[in-house]
Amino acid sequence: MSDVYIVAGGIHPFGRTPERSGLDQGVFAVRQALSQAGLDWNDIQFAYGGSDAAGNADTMVSKLGLTGLQFINVANGCATGGSAMFGAYTSIKSGEYDLGIAVGFDKHPRGAFDPKPAEWGLPDWYGETGLMLTTQFFAMKIQRYMADYGISRETLGRVAEKAFRNGARTAHAWRREPVDLETILSAPMVSDPFTKFMFCSPAEGAVALIFASGKKVRELGLPPVKLRAACVRSRPAGSFEVFSPSLDIDRGKSPTTIVSEAAYEMAGLGPDDIDIAQLQDTECGAEIMHMEENGFCAPGAQSEWLANGWSEIGGRLPVNTDGGCLACGEPIGASGLRQVYENFLHCSNRAGDRQVEGARIGYSHVYGAPGVSAVAIVEG
Amino acid sequence: MAHHPGMAILHQSSPPPIADDLFEYVDADGSIALIGGIERETGRIAFPFPAQDDGFERTRLPLEGRLWSWTVQRFRPKSPPYASADAFDEYAVGYVALGDAIIVEGRLTGVEFDELRIGMAMQIVPQVFVMADGSQRTTYAFAPAQEGPSA
Repeated sequence: MSDVYIVAGGIHPFGRTPERSGLDQGVFAVRQALSQAGLDWNDIQFAYGGSDAAGNADTMVSKLGLTGLQFINVANGCATGGSAMFGAYTSIKSGEYDLGIAVGFDKHPRGAFDPKPAEWGLPDWYGETGLMLTTQFFAMKIQRYMADYGISRETLGRVAEKAFRNGARTAHAWRREPVDLETILSAPMVSDPFTKFMFCSPAEGAVALIFASGKKVRELGLPPVKLRAACVRSRPAGSFEVFSPSLDIDRGKSPTTIVSEAAYEMAGLGPDDIDIAQLQDTECGAEIMHMEENGFCAPGAQSEWLANGWSEIGGRLPVNTDGGCLACGEPIGASGLRQVYENFLHCSNRAGDRQVEGARIGYSHVYGAPGVSAVAIVEG
Repeated sequence: MAHHPGMAILHQSSPPPIADDLFEYVDADGSIALIGGIERETGRIAFPFPAQDDGFERTRLPLEGRLWSWTVQRFRPKSPPYASADAFDEYAVGYVALGDAIIVEGRLTGVEFDELRIGMAMQIVPQVFVMADGSQRTTYAFAPAQEGPSA
């Protein structure tokens, strides 16, 4: 069993790039990662890659080089990036390979996603009557959570305010202008209690990470960031997920809770050991609930956290330091790897003017339909 | 249209149901109950009723419950899958905990958006849904209950 390291990362700026296909954004990210590590595509022994809506990752070889490498396409919805990374992680950990890449990219049309009921095992009437919207789910999940734990709309607004403030400091972010709390709270409502500034938008972008064994790291002489945990979990009984015509009356854990517990166990670490966290923030409520579900605070304590700036850069646990999905947008296949890329930058002291001082251990969490979560923990 | 033997009462003046095995009429004035399924092995209740799955026994869900969560749909969903006629009016959506059986999602009707409160008493009602081609279907919604739930 080998230790697994991230030795380089590349990113194509998130947002909208009309002149470049999703696949070509993926190629861009791979080339940037290779260049950062001083490697050639010929050196790469395997690749895992995927997108949700922008094509087959393995067709990238026609641009990157026909080296005959093992290239496995991954399609796992919102956890596509996390699953690609899990593939890379186990390929190296098992000793099968020493050097590989995980790449995620996407390019979505404007507006909300438009899922087809049959593809999710649901009856047509559910979509026909206007119940099959991710936005409704997120709104109702936080609405219940706010009632249960006394969280205010101001707290939601502060999450968005922080996201745009961090996005303004991030080269790869899409939304790079700060937005003040009053503007966020008084903007048009999209799905109560969320205004338009509180939801992320489907977008475009690509991320590539290069993974190496301990042996390869020494051989190459690269500054390594160790991947201490990479876990993916599907939903347990009683969880509350996107696209649910009904919920069990007996409420249970979430896929995030169980993947988080598994990741901490794999890493031999706990929430108190984490220096920086990237948490799925499809909208403001998700970041708030995921702070608790990943073990960083008690339910309801988020109000105090946001009011006191504890999750700001410079706070006790900086959360979503690049502005997260709220500022970067949501290219489904790329978001999970963007989070790991952001932690990789901070834990190797390359994050420039948004660098979290002394960041050593980074935690990232991605969540999506129909109830899948992935967590990675890195150590610089 | 094939009807399950359990759907004994048909309501002649209502548009056809938007789906089979979704609800059934419980009296001649058009009141409805949602149809769920009891998982034979575990007793867990499912909705909608998995009619094709032998592991579930058909059951009538409670008619009343409490609002568990809610939101308002402020923009027109994309079509497909949204199949409504073109005019768009904002609508409320919620989850209602039906007794101790199950929490069901549906549209909310007969209530102002600013009167929605988690925990308020709700009941199941039929609702006419106009499809894009102008034809009508009967589906379900939740409205404030006349009296609190008996459970």
